[in-house]
Amino acid sequence: MTNGQGRHATGVRDVSLFSTDHKVIGVQYALTALFFLLSGFCIMMLMRWQLAFPGEALPWLGKILGPDRMPEGIMLPEFYNQLGAMHGTIMVFLGVVPLAVGAFGNYVVPLQLGAPDMAFPKLNMFSYWLYLLAGLIMLASFFVPGGAPSSGWTSYPPLADIATAGQTMWLIGMVLLCTSSLFSSMNMITTIVQLRTEGLTFMRLPFFVWAQLITSFLLLLAFPPLEAAAVLQLMDRVAGTSFFMPGGLVVSGQVLTNSGGGSPLLWQHLFWFLAHPEVYVLILPAMGIVAEIIANNTRKPLWGYRSMVYAAVFLGFMSFLVWAHHMFLTGMGTVISTFFQATTMIISIPSIIILTALLVSLWGGSIRFTTPMLFALAFLPMFGIGGLSGLPLALAPADIHLHDTYYVIGHFHYIVAPGTIFALFAGIYYWFPKVTGRKMSDLLGKIHFWPSLILMNGIFMPMFIQGLAGVSRRLYDGGAQYVHAQGVIHLNEFMSVCAWLLGIAQIPFIVNFFWSMRKGKKVTQNYWEATTLEWSAAPSPPLRHGNFQSLPRVHRGPYEYSVPGSARDFTPQDEQEGR
Amino acid sequence: MSMEIPYAVKVRTDTGMNNARLGLWLFLGSETMLFGGLISAYVFLRMGSASEQFVHDLSEIPLAGINTLILLASSVAITLSVWSLRDRVFNRHRILMGIAVAAGLLFLGLKWLDYSEKFGRGLYPATSTYLAIFFTLTGVHALHVIGGILVNSYLLVTGRKLFREDPDRLLSRVSASALYWNFVDAVWIVLFLLLYVV
Repeated sequence: MTNGQGRHATGVRDVSLFSTDHKVIGVQYALTALFFLLSGFCIMMLMRWQLAFPGEALPWLGKILGPDRMPEGIMLPEFYNQLGAMHGTIMVFLGVVPLAVGAFGNYVVPLQLGAPDMAFPKLNMFSYWLYLLAGLIMLASFFVPGGAPSSGWTSYPPLADIATAGQTMWLIGMVLLCTSSLFSSMNMITTIVQLRTEGLTFMRLPFFVWAQLITSFLLLLAFPPLEAAAVLQLMDRVAGTSFFMPGGLVVSGQVLTNSGGGSPLLWQHLFWFLAHPEVYVLILPAMGIVAEIIANNTRKPLWGYRSMVYAAVFLGFMSFLVWAHHMFLTGMGTVISTFFQATTMIISIPSIIILTALLVSLWGGSIRFTTPMLFALAFLPMFGIGGLSGLPLALAPADIHLHDTYYVIGHFHYIVAPGTIFALFAGIYYWFPKVTGRKMSDLLGKIHFWPSLILMNGIFMPMFIQGLAGVSRRLYDGGAQYVHAQGVIHLNEFMSVCAWLLGIAQIPFIVNFFWSMRKGKKVTQNYWEATTLEWSAAPSPPLRHGNFQSLPRVHRGPYEYSVPGSARDFTPQDEQEGR
Repeated sequence: MSMEIPYAVKVRTDTGMNNARLGLWLFLGSETMLFGGLISAYVFLRMGSASEQFVHDLSEIPLAGINTLILLASSVAITLSVWSLRDRVFNRHRILMGIAVAAGLLFLGLKWLDYSEKFGRGLYPATSTYLAIFFTLTGVHALHVIGGILVNSYLLVTGRKLFREDPDRLLSRVSASALYWNFVDAVWIVLFLLLYVV
């Protein structure tokens, strides 16, 4: 990307993997994460073939994948399990989080802070390298003997302990990824605390920055226990220890000779101690993006900014105290279940405060239905469905019926797919002009939005019906051999068709994304007439080194839209009094 | 249009820290969670299993105790070396930093003796849950010691040049490294108590 106003490129360091500029690294994160999102989505489209037409040969593509995976085009159960594990792993760890935090956090936060870069630019580059390496190692596991990991994205032992070599690669990738997110989160927190420009107090920070700050604390403190768990599982697999293995296990008719004394439940505790905060890592940046876009497109201040900030802080704190609600069925005891049931109910309160504040923010606004705003608006009900459908899962008695059914899949996909991913799309359409100096096509944007919204619901809504009927989420044939499933099994085909159409519906986005980089309409610096610093004080695209001509000074809060008596309907944060 | 990162060395008055110091404290918070995760795994497994799985030899306490003292001495040396640098006495700083690095290497040497003695008796991570947690925890800790030695050696080698150009920056780096080194020392004391004594 060229920069009209700043210096010329000064060499290979400016654009290559060796760049330490937060904007270049942010774009690297974005492109890599989008690639992984697409891979994870393709994996899911393959799985949906097997679910809709179990045991039938997949035309031509089946042959390409070879006899180890799809002999004669018919999917092997082992390959289905690999796809399932890798879909989850890729989407969560390599797609959504790097896009939400690595890309948007990296690119936007320093600009919104009025900072010339992140606090530790070299560490930033190093974080990206580790992430890329981890992702490549995990993808490469498809090509080792025995194939990719097949014990689910949660890698539960004892299954994962005795799985094929792909699982070892998963663990190595996970250790690298934990290290990457450790560096990027300490970098982000330091940047937000230290590099706020003059006048930018904490209560003047845009909500997006708050969301990134809390997310970074979750990453900083929740990932290390998973790293510990990954090290222990690696020891189990490589050094023959028994951290997660009880003694006397019989596998394929043979008694294992390990020393025993381990506990599979220990893995679950360590894993979910990360993975529940991880859920909020997935959702908080999305809420931040949606908050920015809603304030900008309603031309109104956010309703209840302070309550939202306090709610988000409380949410971050509580997210460390709910992990065992994933384990109601493990027999850990009713006392512990009761505790985690209570904390899980409590954590729904701050989420609802934030959602309510965003909804009420729409009230009385003169809403501009721009493309980013459409995605942001769709986020609200989709996240609402996802969040509210989680309440029955939080209650241990209801969870005993619903656990491990398609209901759970429907629940968390509503949060992450039409929830978070829609917010990420909104963010891409919103900040694209800042990154490239050009805007994306609104026509293609709308062709992308409407089918995506309808098809997402077509995929995930029937999952609630199947799940309530008791269909297990782990069935390789979509429930064909499962008596409970017979009444609802016909929905599989409909969901699969929706999934493939959703794939087609992403083509306008991909075309729009690359076409607009070169041919999109050129825009002014503050195209959306926004109040935050990235729009009001930095050119589009921002200067290659240091972002701003001179560091801005902040005089007011983040969302001063439609201030009575003001000539324009927005008053940027860096505008002085009396103008 | 300046590329200089604010507060890289200078202290920001309203937060009372420079970037390196805050970053390092955050890093240590994360490290605490890492060792916390491993140690709680140890507690979880030990509480849930028969006690003979966790029998260990109390005769190892003297060697490990000496090693603990060596690491403590290293911590004292690096703290004094920071103070010397604060007083701008470079040569004293250099000698003390050298002592800190040497003590770290000595610690690793004794650790290796401990390991090879265990291997000699046929005791491996796979032998029992106690040995599994012993090798994992001390191994992860040893990696942290190696990391610290590498950083301290780098500061020792490049220090003189930086001291001439920008002594404040050197002081900021050495202080951060010393903070980390003291943390590694503190973790070892906990491990010593958990793995050798109780």
